[in-house]
This record gives sequence, C-alpha cells and structure tokens, in this order.
Amino acid sequence: MRSWLLRGSLAGLVLTVVLSGVSGCEKPRPQVALFGIDAIPARLSEWHLIEVVDGALTPNTGVVPYDLNTGLFTDYAHKLRTVWMPVGTSAIYGEEQFEYPVGTILSKTFYYPKGDDGTVLRTDSFADDYAPGRAGEALDMARVRLMETRLLVRREDGWQALPYVWNQAQTEAVLEIAGDVSRLHLKAAEGDISEFNYVVPDANQCAGCHADNFTGREISPLGPRARHLNKQYTYRHGSENQLVYWQKIGYLSGLPELDSLPGLASFSNMDLPLEARARAYLDINCGHCHNPAGAADTSGLMLNHSETDWRRLGLCKPPVAAGTGSGERLFAIVPGEPDSSILNFRVESVDPGAMMPELGRSLVHEEGAELLRQWVAAMQGTCL
Amino acid sequence: MKTLSRMGVILVMVFASACSQDDKTDRANVVDAAVDSDFQKQLLRQLISAKPGDVVQIPEGKFQLNRSLSLNIDGVTIRGAGMDKSILSFKNQIQGAEGLLVNASNFTIENLAIEDTIGDALKVNEGENIVIRNIRVEWTNGPATENGAYGIYPVQTKNTLVEGSVAIGASDAGIYVGQSRNVIVRNNRAEFNVAGIEIENTIGADVYGNEATNNTGGVLVFNMPNLPQPGHSTRIYNNKIFKNNTENFGHEGTPVAAVPAGSGVVINSNDNVEIFDNEIADNNTANIVVSSYFTAGYYSDKSTQKDFDPYPEGIYIYNNRFAGGGTSPDHLELKALKLTKFGLNGSLPDVLWDGVINPEKLINGKLPGDLRLCMDNGDAGIINVDFSNGYKNISTDIAPHKCHLNKLPQITLDFDQPETEQEEDDHLAVLEGTNA
Repeated sequence: MRSWLLRGSLAGLVLTVVLSGVSGCEKPRPQVALFGIDAIPARLSEWHLIEVVDGALTPNTGVVPYDLNTGLFTDYAHKLRTVWMPVGTSAIYGEEQFEYPVGTILSKTFYYPKGDDGTVLRTDSFADDYAPGRAGEALDMARVRLMETRLLVRREDGWQALPYVWNQAQTEAVLEIAGDVSRLHLKAAEGDISEFNYVVPDANQCAGCHADNFTGREISPLGPRARHLNKQYTYRHGSENQLVYWQKIGYLSGLPELDSLPGLASFSNMDLPLEARARAYLDINCGHCHNPAGAADTSGLMLNHSETDWRRLGLCKPPVAAGTGSGERLFAIVPGEPDSSILNFRVESVDPGAMMPELGRSLVHEEGAELLRQWVAAMQGTCL
Repeated sequence: MKTLSRMGVILVMVFASACSQDDKTDRANVVDAAVDSDFQKQLLRQLISAKPGDVVQIPEGKFQLNRSLSLNIDGVTIRGAGMDKSILSFKNQIQGAEGLLVNASNFTIENLAIEDTIGDALKVNEGENIVIRNIRVEWTNGPATENGAYGIYPVQTKNTLVEGSVAIGASDAGIYVGQSRNVIVRNNRAEFNVAGIEIENTIGADVYGNEATNNTGGVLVFNMPNLPQPGHSTRIYNNKIFKNNTENFGHEGTPVAAVPAGSGVVINSNDNVEIFDNEIADNNTANIVVSSYFTAGYYSDKSTQKDFDPYPEGIYIYNNRFAGGGTSPDHLELKALKLTKFGLNGSLPDVLWDGVINPEKLINGKLPGDLRLCMDNGDAGIINVDFSNGYKNISTDIAPHKCHLNKLPQITLDFDQPETEQEEDDHLAVLEGTNA
C-alpha cells in the first residue's frame, strides 16, 4: 500500500501543474469538496464537482471528463462522465478493474439534447451538446436537458452510490435515494416521438447493477476500466488516449505499454468486426450481471467479455427461469435465427417482466438490438 | 453495504429539508396517478436505509406501487399485519422484474401479500437463513400466461424456510426454490399455478404439510442442466396433492411448459427423491410422473453440459394414499396410450415413468439397488412407457419396483424452533387414536 501512495503523491505534483495550466483563465471556484460518509449534502452543487457556471455545466478543476468505447444504453440519454481524485492520490492499473484511491468521485450526468415543445432529441451526435469552444468538456445549458447525476464515491470500506435528480429549472440536482420517474417525449431525427417513463434508479438498484460480484455485494465502477477507457478523447488541449492522459495527470499508475492494453470495440464502428462489436455491447450492457459471480449467474448465461464457452454465451442454451422472458422461444441463441432466439426477444422487449436489461431502460435500443440480430444471424449451425 | 445503510439514515433527514425548495411539480404526474407515491417513496427509503436488526412494518391497507422494491441489508425483517390485511399491489408496475428483490442474509418476511407483479413477486437471490412466512403472492385475475413467472422464489440460498404461505396464479411456479441448500417448505398452499411447488437444482429439501391443488403440476422436483449446482435429496411427505388439472399456461420454451396438465408430483432428472405419506388424488394425467430430461423434449448434446445427469435415480415412493387420477391424460401420446392400454373408461396407473435409465450404470442388465425406482404403496401400480424405444415395450409390471431404499435424513434449520401448535396437533392425534 505504501508504494502506491508514494507514486500517487508524485503523480499529484504533475496533476497540479497540468491543470493549473488549463484553468488559468476562469473565475476561481471553490475546490471539490469530499464530504464524509455521515455528511452527504442534499444538493449536488455542494460537492463543487460539476456545476452550472455561466450557462454551462462545467467540471471543476481536476474533474476530468471521460468516455467509453461502448457505453451502457439508457433510453438514448447522453452522458457526461467525470473522474476526480484527491490531490496526491492515484488509481492503480489492473486489467479487469483499477484500484481507485479512497476519496475518488466518479460522476455520470444523464441528459438529452433539447428539442422543441419540451421534447428531448434522439441523436447519436454529441457535437451540439457542448458550449462553444468547449467540446468534450462543458455542456451548453441552452441545448441540453439534464436528468440526473449519479455519483460513486470511494469510501474506506467500499463504493457509495448517490443518485441526484435535476430539478425542472435545471438549477440544481437533489439527492433522491428513492429514485424518480419522469415522463419524456423523445423525438427522433425523422420527427417520430416516443413517449416513455425515464426512471432514475433508487440507491439499492444502483448497487444491484454495480455489484458484479453479487455474493460479496461490494459495488464497483463498471465503465472506467481499461478495456472501456482505452480510446482517444477530445480534451481541450487536443485528442489523446484516455489512459495515457490519466497517467500523465497522475490519476493512473502502473499503466503497461499502450499497445498491450485491452480495448473493447465501439459497438457502432462499422469498420470493426461484427463479433467484436457484439461482444463489447454484451459486456457493458449485460456482463455486470451475467458473469460467473454476478446476480444473473442463476441463469447459467454468461455474457461478460472473457466468456469463451459458446453454450454459456447462450448458443442452444435452454432457459431456466426466464418466465415471460422466454418469448415462447426454446433457446437463448439459435444460430442464424434471431427471431427464434430468446436473447434477441429480451433486448427487443419493453415489458418489465421480460426485457433485458431489467433496469435502466424503458425503450428498445434499436441500434444495439439490430447489432445483436446481425450477430446471431451470422452464426452457423443448428440446435437440434 | 454497511456504508450504504449508514448513509441512508442521514440521507432521509437531509432530504426532508431539501425537497420543500425543489421545483419538481410536473414530474411523474402521469405515471403516479394510480400509485400511492408517498407510501412508495417512504417504503423505498426505509428499505434502502435499513440497519441490521430493523423491522420494516407494512401497515394495514392495500398500497399501489409501480416500481420494484429491493433490500440488501442483512438482518432485516419486513412484517405486515397479515396476508389479507397488508397488501402491496403492483398492478400498475412500470419498472423492475420483481415486486420485492432481496439479496441479504438473516432475512425474514412475514404477514403480507404481494399482488399482480409484472415479473416475479418475491425473489431472494443469494443469502443464508431466510424465513418467508405467511406471505400471499397472487395474480388476482387467475391463471394467465401473461402473469409473472414466480411467486415465492428463493434462489442460491442456504437454510431457507417457506411456511404458511399462499401462492396463486404464477405462470411458472408458485413456490420455487432453486439452486439452494437445506430447505424446508411446509404448510403452504399453492393453487392455479403452472407448477404449484417446485424444487430445482437444490440439495436437501423437505416439503411437507402443503396443499397443492388446481395447478398444472402439483409438486415438481427438477434438475436442469447448465447451472452452477446440480441438486439431489428431496423428501415430499404429508402433503395433499389433488386435482392439479389446470391447463398448462406456461410460456413455451420454459421447462414447466412441458409438464402435462393433470400431474400430481413430477420428478425430472433429479436423484434421491422420497415421496411418502401423501394424499395424492384425482390428477388426470398421473398422480406421480417420473421422467428424464429426454422426455422434456429439449435434450441435445449442444444444449446440455457434458456432465449433466438427466436420469432420475434413487426414487422411493411409499405409504402414499392414492385415489382417482390418470383418467384423462394431457399430451397426445399419453391419451393414445391410455386408450389402447386401459380403454375408454380406464385410467393410467398412479405412477407414470418414462423408463429411461442410464445404460452405462447397468450391471448384468440391471440398475444397482440404490439407483432404482422403488415403490411400496399397497396396490398402486406403475406404467413404464419405454420412451427410449419409442413406446415399444410398455410395461405395467410392478415386480422390478418392489424394493426399498435407504431413507433420507430430516432437514433441520438452526433457527427453526419446534412450534407449540405442532405439539398440540400431535397430542390431539394421540387422543383421537385412543378414542377410535
């Protein structure tokens, strides 16, 4: 433990230098406040992590935005993810999971690009979300509707999940451990409007998904891991690999050579192999429960990135306790036949008793569902 | 989780002072119209903020909820005022795959009802020392395919007691214990489910004092492939299992969808199962069905893990009181079988066996004694339909089944004290005996 603390504090020096360089032209802001476990503020702004400043939702000094190769689908919401660590501390690289220092705060703000008449927009493009000249960093409040900001705070004895819900006036997000529901009208590019319930999970539900070891129940971050983070990000100073940048600012130590790092595919990058895109999608959307230690190991279906047994991945696997979720189909995956495969049925369902994932969406992710159709359609063989 | 629980208590207090200034007037008006929002929010907060030793009380009344509840703190009790007095109704549920999801040890839930959930009613996923007592889970519109799958559903648990409960209308199993160890299911009632009570991939279960009626199958003991734990050793005794003739309304593809309507007890691919001292009557296909995974129709080398054992072995059926049954079997093959073998007014014998045995285990053409299907029930008969050979050598010869097996040990749970009521019952039984 001592050695990483030392490395961390050395790296912290670098951090201070780098960040003071980029934030010199802004008004001074109070520093990020790390509240104790017994003094959680009711208002997000009190953390001084990300706040509305001059009409833009802006990360504070040392609060670093990041992105994932393939992210979890949440009803087409856009997400601004950030990481902050106390000065002088650093995460230690691990291929499966980093060891984040006590005091780390991860934030994820769910928002939509604003449409007319109170609608929100369904678009894959993030280009219009940001304040002028601040791509990848600050969200333009005139262009976005903020829904919720979830914090994960690393405590001595584990991670703490804190859901904050943004008010209608978009001036503040308030802690809501019981979660929330709001009715949204989502407008697609063609003008079609889907009306749906946007559901903010309660604190237990946060923990349910984030405990990828369900028995231990300890929760952990799902996105910020090497295989998801290993990609370029558009920082203010230019584009750079996220892991390299984290190392440079002292947020990450023990990083192996860049070309030896794991990296999952972007599910929407058509230049990449179908198999890699589908497995990346399944890993981030399903693998937190469908892994050998996860909540869904009761099903015998494993969709985590490292699974190699095709039957455990669902090929010709009969359901166990799928109930309504079987969709009157006999196997999780019937090669070549997405219309006969339970996996496709469940990701294409919005019935809470049948759909997968069970939480976090009220709409079908059409692009993701289409990818999984292509994946299953391309498989060879038969089940019987 | 200690973290979250400690945090929760503080949060509830903090939140109370914050929300008055919050502008959220138009939030969720539509979806909350048919929901007791305040009650739901308060209950969610109580469950999230619970500390070990807490009792979360559910008051009398019928409360409409539209989101799943969950508990993941050890040592908590959820207690209502009675299964017909404290009712959590999920008729308008918009989120979550179950009514209440629990991942906790030393957990007790008692004296309340969970109705009309969109998925499972009560799921306990992992945990030790679980008590589920006097709970009613029900789909109030009666049996229907669109009902949720499981009523009371502990899975991957250790030391579990389900007692005094009622399960009605599940489109899979009313009471389903899966992949667990050391289980007692007693004095419950299961009605109008596809499977009344199901023990699956579980090691060591005692199922007694229950009533299973009007289900598609009354009591099921199954082993399914591709799961972390194969099961064995279940005792089914002193139950009343009758008239389980409800048409199968399970979802095609699910294991229970293959269960013929009119099945009293079904053993599938499970070993060391003892069925004794039950009243089993008027189940139209057969009072007891013993079958292998092959007859369920899903088996293929591709779909089944290599080390899966699909053969039911060490099945001991004795001292049961059979009546009626077998008069109108489900599934075409069985209808034809009954007609040709027993005539229009005849009936299948009390025990229907698919006759599939593991050829690799035969010694001189016979199964070793401890792997056999043994019967001792007065004049109750058996039919071996010889499934492996396409029903060629159908036999009703009871002689190969006149044998005895070693009895299984009783299941005990450390937290389970003998009830005085039971002692009184025994006392009464003795008195009645002397009067007679």
